[in-house]
Amino acid sequence: MSEPGQGAHPPLRAYLWVWLALFILSVFSYWVDYAGLEGYLKWFLITAFMLLKAGLIMAVFMHLAWERPSIVVAVLLPPGALLFLAALMALESHYTLLSRLRFFFS
Amino acid sequence: MRDPHSPSSRVAEAARGLVDDWAADRRVFDVPWDKAMMWLFILSDVFIFACFLVGYMALRIAATDPWPDASEVFALSLGGEPIPLLLIAIMTFVLISSSGTMALAVKFAHEGKRRLTAWLLWLTALLGLVFLGMQVFEWAKLIEDGVRPWGNPWGAAQFGASFFLITGFHGTHVTFGVLFIVIMAVKVMRGSLADRRPGFLTGRRGRYAMVESLGLYWHFVDLVWVFIFAFFYLW
Repeated sequence: MSEPGQGAHPPLRAYLWVWLALFILSVFSYWVDYAGLEGYLKWFLITAFMLLKAGLIMAVFMHLAWERPSIVVAVLLPPGALLFLAALMALESHYTLLSRLRFFFS
Repeated sequence: MRDPHSPSSRVAEAARGLVDDWAADRRVFDVPWDKAMMWLFILSDVFIFACFLVGYMALRIAATDPWPDASEVFALSLGGEPIPLLLIAIMTFVLISSSGTMALAVKFAHEGKRRLTAWLLWLTALLGLVFLGMQVFEWAKLIEDGVRPWGNPWGAAQFGASFFLITGFHGTHVTFGVLFIVIMAVKVMRGSLADRRPGFLTGRRGRYAMVESLGLYWHFVDLVWVFIFAFFYLW
C-alpha cells in the first residue's frame, strides 16, 4: 500500500482561476435577486450557482479533486443522504401547511 | 486496447482504489490522520448545519404568514437609495477572499515558505474579523428594527428564530476559525512548524501539514456561508 502521501498539488494559477470563478458566480447569484426573477427560474439559478460554488471550493480549495476516492466517497455520500432528509421534510412541511390552512382558518 | 484515460477507465480505476482501501486489512484512509479526522469533524458539522437549514426550510414552508422579503429586510441605504442585500454581498466577497488567501497559505506552507504563509494567515484572520464585524452590525440593526426570535414587524414570526440560530452558529464557527488561524500564524512566524516544536495544547510536534487541516476547516466555514447565502438571503 502506498505510504501516507499528500497527492499532487495544483499550480498557483488553479487557485487564482477558481477564486475568480467564485467571485463571478457570486455576482451572478446576487444578480438573480437584483433582477427580480421569480418562480422556478429563480430557484433553479440560485441552486445551480450555489452548487457550482460549493463544488469549486470542495474540489480545488479543499483539494478533493486530488484526494483518493475513499476520502471523496466518505465525505460526499453522507451529505447525499441529507438530500433525502430534505425531500422528506419538504413533503411533511407542505402537509403541515395544508393542515393549518384547513383547520385553523375557517 | 481500452484507452487508459477515458472517463470509464478512470471511474474503474477509482472504484478499484476504493475497493482496495476498504478491503485492506488495516486503516482505510491512507492519508495523514489529522487530515482524515478534520474531514470527519467537518462531516459531523455538515450534519448539524443541515439540521438547522432543513429545519428552517420546514418552518418556512409550513408558516401560514408570509415570510419577510430578505431583499428588503437586509437592504442598506446608500445615498438615500436602499440597495438590496448590499451588506450580504460584501460579506460574501470578504469570505471568498479569505478562502482564497487561506488556500494560498496552505500552498506556500507545503512549500515551506514561512513568511509568506504567515502573512497570508494573518490576512485570512483579518478578513474573518471583518466578516464578523459586519455580521454583528447586521444583528444589531435587525434587533433595533424589532426582530426577535418570536416575532418581527414584517411577517412570519419564525423568521427571527431561524435567522439568529443559523447565522449565530455560523458566526461562532467563524470566531473559532479566526482564533485558530491567529494561533497558527504565530506558530508559523516563530518557526514552530519548521523546527517541528511540540505545541502548547496537545504537545504534538508542529508540521506544515497542520496548516492544510486548518485550511479545510476554514473552507468549510466558507462553504456553509455559500449555502446560507443561497437559502436564507436569496431564496
